[in-house]
Amino acid sequence: MQLAAAGGAALAGLGLGVHAKQASALPAYAVRPPGALHEPEFLGACVRCGLCVRDCPYNTLKLSAFGDGVAPGTPFFVPRTVACEMCPDIPCVKACPTGALDHALEDINSARMGLAVLIDHETCLNFNGLRCDVCYRVCPLIDKAITLDMQRNQRTGKHAMFLPVVHSDACTGCGKCEHACVLETAAIKVLPRAQAKGELGHHYRLGWEEKARAGHSLLPDKVLELPVRRPGDGS
Amino acid sequence: MTTMKTSLAPARVPGREAIAAKGWLSAHKWLLLRRASQLGLLLLFALGPWLGVWIVKGTLTSSLTLDTLPLTDPFFLLQSLAAGHLPYREALIGAVIVIAFYLVVGGRIYCAWICPMNIVTDTAAWLRRRLNLQGGRAPSPTTRYWLLGAILLASFASGTLAWEWINPVSLLHRGLLFGFGAAWAIILGVFLYDLLIATKGWCGHLCPMGATYSLLNFSGVPKVSALRREACDDCLDCYAVCPEPQVIRPALKGEGSPIIASNNCTHCGRCIDVCAQDVFQMTTRFHHRRDGHEQGTDHTAARFGGGGVRPVH
Ligand code: SF4
Ligand code: SF4
Ligand code: SF4
Ligand code: SF4
Ligand code: SF4
Repeated sequence: MQLAAAGGAALAGLGLGVHAKQASALPAYAVRPPGALHEPEFLGACVRCGLCVRDCPYNTLKLSAFGDGVAPGTPFFVPRTVACEMCPDIPCVKACPTGALDHALEDINSARMGLAVLIDHETCLNFNGLRCDVCYRVCPLIDKAITLDMQRNQRTGKHAMFLPVVHSDACTGCGKCEHACVLETAAIKVLPRAQAKGELGHHYRLGWEEKARAGHSLLPDKVLELPVRRPGDGS
Repeated sequence: MTTMKTSLAPARVPGREAIAAKGWLSAHKWLLLRRASQLGLLLLFALGPWLGVWIVKGTLTSSLTLDTLPLTDPFFLLQSLAAGHLPYREALIGAVIVIAFYLVVGGRIYCAWICPMNIVTDTAAWLRRRLNLQGGRAPSPTTRYWLLGAILLASFASGTLAWEWINPVSLLHRGLLFGFGAAWAIILGVFLYDLLIATKGWCGHLCPMGATYSLLNFSGVPKVSALRREACDDCLDCYAVCPEPQVIRPALKGEGSPIIASNNCTHCGRCIDVCAQDVFQMTTRFHHRRDGHEQGTDHTAARFGGGGVRPVH
């Protein structure tokens, strides 16, 4: 009897552990509130109380129900449905009693809930030469998180295109742009940061940054003096 | 052949005699008080989302009352700690308050007086008695402690609150306040398990949350006592309704203290309700006197002999 009890419990524990490991990635449509720890830590820290949800004045946050695809009981929002208004006093973070939403976040502009990506160039109106600009205009960090990049319209040969470009060093992932995109299905989407953000190889150095830091070029003067060969010079 | 038991034999309805003896109301006194407590608490939580009256915010796992009093469930704290996260002081203070409360009133008061799942499993047990369903198989009552251990290990290994993927208690409570999703399937599963497979299977054998509260159930002041145990006429009604029947025998039939000392007793008081002979009473752990005599005070023996660790039946 004891053995059966222990065995059954161990099996249940194993099943839960394996399930937890598999199911703990956030689906692409869901974004965590501001200040949320990285997903693996978040799932060990959030006690599923819903206090953050209750204190969000815009009803942005939702507590996941069983079957939502997000760990049951944890807070998230779906940017296409409702975006985060980026409250300057960040009440959701203040409400969290566990630190799953990190109280160290004091400036909402440093929040990194997700990351916007203009995924579909073919349907984005601006890529088709129009001046929709809606995602750009609604961005609370306009000209920092999204800029418009002017380019020649190769199709007409005489017009300009203004391409929305998201900058991951400023985008908070608030979701305003995806929420506002005028298309049937948004061309710009806010994804969980772990899915959208690239990472340089750790040995990479950006030459221009290193140069600025050093105050001068890091290349020795002569390194570019290669032998000059002109056609017909040799044999 | 003549002694073959069948489930078709008319079942004795526990409590019917008590109703005849003392009237419906006093044969349901503790049950009604408990339901009032469970539903009242649920209402307190629901006043916010339903009517915008924010007395209590959050859920049973962690809440804030009147914007000042934090309360955190120790079972959730345990899982979070096992997962490797040290929560903020707010949650820790909340857990200390809750633990202190249960050390004074008795841990499993939670099960009988607060937990919303208790209504579900009570209903399953009631229906099982009414339909006279027999058979099935219940796991050992100690399974819950093994499960608790396994969950903490799984939390540690996965870095998540492992039980929260399926915990019916929080799924139900949260479901009522924030929306169910597919959580009803789990609740229904527990109901059917208790109805068809195992008598009092969930709360009495498996629930690791109940197990946590059992572990906190050693110093509570209120205690049910078989104070008039010589009046017992062996009708077995109390065993039939008790969610943890193994806890009754040492107090009712033993030589020592008549106090039900087992840490699995939920203090639901249903035994008091259904006893036509008024054997049981709600007393305190300091109440050893019976008919003016000093009673034995061997709580420890009664507690651990009484089913917490070893099932009696
Ligand atoms: S910052 Fe404001 S709008 Fe955004 S999730 Fe928090 S409370 Fe809601
Ligand atoms: S307040 Fe914190 S612990 Fe509670 S649900 Fe929100 S993130 Fe989780
Ligand atoms: S999610 Fe969109 S609107 Fe929000 S900061 Fe990023 S680019 Fe701007
Ligand atoms: S709102 Fe949508 S369609 Fe308009 S520019 Fe932005 S991504 Fe393109
Ligand atoms: S054993 Fe579990 S489900 Fe049953 S009443 Fe206690 S906490 Fe609730």
